[in-house]
Amino acid sequence: MHITHAAVNGNASLHSGGSPRTLGKRIVRNWELYLFIAPAFFYFLIFCYEPMYGVQIAFKTFIPTKGIAGSPWIGFDHFDRFFHSYYFWDLIWNTLGISLYELAVGFPIPIVLALAFNEIRTGFFKRLAQTVTYAPHFISVVVMAGMIISFLSPSTGIVVHLIEGLGLPAPDFLTDPRWFKTMYVFSGVWQSAGWGTIIYLAALSGVDPGLHEAAIIDGATRFQRIRHINVPTLLPTMTVLLILNMGSLFGVGFEKILLLQNPLNMESSDVISTFVYRSGLVDAQYSFSAAVGLFNSVINAILLVAVNQIVRRTSENSLW
Amino acid sequence: MSSGIRETERDKIFLACNYIYVFLAFLIVFYPLVYMISASVSDPKEVASGAMWLWPKGITLEGYKRVFENSNIWTGYGNTILYTVVGTAVNLLVTLPAAYAMSRKDFVGRNFFMAMFMVTMFFSGGLVPTYLLVKQLGMMNTMWAVVVPSAASIWNIIVSRTFFQSSIPKELQEAAQIDGCTNMRLFLKIVLPLSMPIIAVMALYYGVGNWNSYFSALIYLNDAGKYPLQLVLRQILVLQEMAAQGGGAIDTSTAAAMNSKAEIAALVKYAVIIVATVPVIAIYPFLQRYFVQGVMIGSVKG
Repeated sequence: MHITHAAVNGNASLHSGGSPRTLGKRIVRNWELYLFIAPAFFYFLIFCYEPMYGVQIAFKTFIPTKGIAGSPWIGFDHFDRFFHSYYFWDLIWNTLGISLYELAVGFPIPIVLALAFNEIRTGFFKRLAQTVTYAPHFISVVVMAGMIISFLSPSTGIVVHLIEGLGLPAPDFLTDPRWFKTMYVFSGVWQSAGWGTIIYLAALSGVDPGLHEAAIIDGATRFQRIRHINVPTLLPTMTVLLILNMGSLFGVGFEKILLLQNPLNMESSDVISTFVYRSGLVDAQYSFSAAVGLFNSVINAILLVAVNQIVRRTSENSLW
Repeated sequence: MSSGIRETERDKIFLACNYIYVFLAFLIVFYPLVYMISASVSDPKEVASGAMWLWPKGITLEGYKRVFENSNIWTGYGNTILYTVVGTAVNLLVTLPAAYAMSRKDFVGRNFFMAMFMVTMFFSGGLVPTYLLVKQLGMMNTMWAVVVPSAASIWNIIVSRTFFQSSIPKELQEAAQIDGCTNMRLFLKIVLPLSMPIIAVMALYYGVGNWNSYFSALIYLNDAGKYPLQLVLRQILVLQEMAAQGGGAIDTSTAAAMNSKAEIAALVKYAVIIVATVPVIAIYPFLQRYFVQGVMIGSVKG
């Protein structure tokens, strides 16, 4: 009641209490909103923009006593050294290889799973299956790595026992470079496929039931209805997620890789970001490693923009 | 009519296959979880030999006993609780007011702030400049190095902004303002009480993230007494195991002759996984609704 009364009052005296005309007045009236946004503003300024300024050390020889601004410029030397290093193509291949492998396996599975969940009648089994498949999302990356190592350990791991139980020779998952990418990708699917269905299920819940009813009357099978009604419904969501994934092809989640890396699988597990960590923070080659990191960021940004551009030309579902 | 019956039969087969498929997916996810619980209370010999593959065998609570006796784990637990509580409080204090301000159409400069925040999604200075910054700010080896560099996530700000935009009626704000209510009072007394779902979602998202994170602690903390649980876990689960791996291939005979120390270590591993993960997994089914809601609000914009 009180609010209605006030709203009516407000309409009557729009000039004094409504929206002020001039920009200055609007800013002054909402001065508190600037207070609200200040912490976030300073956070992004200091912890995101300041490092962008600091990335200039990629073109310098960083001398700690002289600081970032005071260190001498050397141009593209660090980039040159990186591009001509013997490990350059290995790093590129591992980074791209893991990302593309992950995309090829990890992208379709949540979609298929969401379509399958959607066909199951709401009830105990559906709730159980959803709760359980979502749960691994909450397992930390350290625990995940610990699980992988325990399950795949030669002679004691349960996966090894299961494979040997089938009479097959079990490979050395943890140390054989050929298995690293598979181990990485499939453990990721185990952990996140269930959680990944949520966004698709949200889209599927918006399907007009009338479409399905009409299709049933026309004699469409369940499969046909999924194929011609549900799948097209998911296309916009799929496109947006695909763009985002493509944009991070060079930004492979390195926290897990770092934990699973060992000297024996290095040739297949070393990616740009783990290399940056090792050369920068472990070996303290700040400038060189900042250069490699910058190269990585630039490629990421270019990929994201390029993929978005391609999608924008061919469909309506681009990010911007 | 006959064609109609044939089609329902085909549908029945399809539906049956679908149930089998979902059941298999369920089993694949469920089995490792059950296995870990069983392994944590089983005789390590049975676990290592593969005799224990589903239900516990030779039940022992030795693993948990060792975990509870281990002071590093307790210190880590304490640190993690501290970092998670302080970190999540900071996350919310930065995220919610900013998201509310940006949800207001009459906020001059909202597009500027949005653009400024969004740029950070596409481009970042990278690991080394951030590390040098934290060092320069004198945060090294303090709790603040773990908490402050991840004080806000642009994604969560967007999700909260979308919530405020769609669930707080504009009329409410206008009416309150005409009654002489300041923005501060409006936010604290009217908007926040109406926004419990998004506060819960954000607290849970940030909270789980803080509980599970290890990398910033790894690079910024040197003092083992300040390590969060995840770093202690890394020592127990990853480093120890990897050292054994790096020492060369273990053939079956040496594995069979494994001393009891290694067996206890293996047992402790499963127990510690359970102890570290239970707080998150246990609260999750009760709060699943909120987590799911978060993804949904995010997808409206997405």
